[in-house]
Amino acid sequence: MRACLLAVLLAFGGNALAIDAEDAFDDPVLQERYEKINRELRCLVCQNQTIADSNATLAQDLRREVRDMIAAGQTDDQIRDFMIERYGDFVLYRPRMTAGNFLLWAAPVLLLVIGAFVLVRVVRRRAQDTDLEPEGPEAGQS
Amino acid sequence: MLKFIVPFGLFALLAVFLMVGLFRDPSYVPSPLIGKPAPEFSLPSLQDAAFPVASKELLGQPWVLNVWGTWCGGCREEHDTLLTIARTKTVPIVGLNWKDDNALAQQWLRELGNPYAVVAEDRDGRVAIDWGVYGAPETFLIGPDGVVLFKHIAPMTMEVWNKEFLPRIEAARAAAGAKS
Repeated sequence: MRACLLAVLLAFGGNALAIDAEDAFDDPVLQERYEKINRELRCLVCQNQTIADSNATLAQDLRREVRDMIAAGQTDDQIRDFMIERYGDFVLYRPRMTAGNFLLWAAPVLLLVIGAFVLVRVVRRRAQDTDLEPEGPEAGQS
Repeated sequence: MLKFIVPFGLFALLAVFLMVGLFRDPSYVPSPLIGKPAPEFSLPSLQDAAFPVASKELLGQPWVLNVWGTWCGGCREEHDTLLTIARTKTVPIVGLNWKDDNALAQQWLRELGNPYAVVAEDRDGRVAIDWGVYGAPETFLIGPDGVVLFKHIAPMTMEVWNKEFLPRIEAARAAAGAKS
């Protein structure tokens, strides 16, 4: 029983870490959106924290901004664009693909293709080499 | 020979990238506002709430927006530099008093001197958010057409002013003069 209670507490304990004393919204759907957006926005003064984690005044102000925009019926994308317009892509914890960072996104695939290309060439060359200079006990016995 | 040159070249390239990375300031966030129209604002003046400070009225000349607060150590540090710059009467310096206490801010200007043509009071920090401000002191340069030309994040120094601001102010004046 005690273990069970502990499991429940641990599972839901994360919610207790929220910084605001009260929920911003009575509506659980809106509250969830609010928390989700806050967890994806960077607090610019305390750079490795989200605005959901930080109690810096700027984070408080940005949370207020998010809350007001949700209350005004703005979509998540509109809120995100609002932040990007002002603080740049750096404000996002989940980076977007843009013309500027496309190479970064494409790099894994690109490196895989280059690697495969090099591999094929090396294997082919080795195969050719063994054709020209047969090895092993049968070599030169023709 | 190529066998050695290619890996060495790649290594050198990587080393250069990492080297450059070492000397970059990770707390510096480039402003997406540069080259875009400055966000408009109309706020009460710090000294007289009945007198609004509107960004529109500054159109037609280059001007500087300096974000400050009495709680901000860097602002104290740059204050004398701002006074020196203000004395040259190159451009109006507009203050944005960010999330501050009105009485403290007024006292600060009385005691240390007032470099500002006018100070707008941004008590709830909304205008600062519009401008993408995240750490005072921040100083913006706005062109005569209302476009943000430059942003300096950190206390202002004469070196930054002479190197980054003055040439841009002159260029903006020349461009505006050519148009009219």
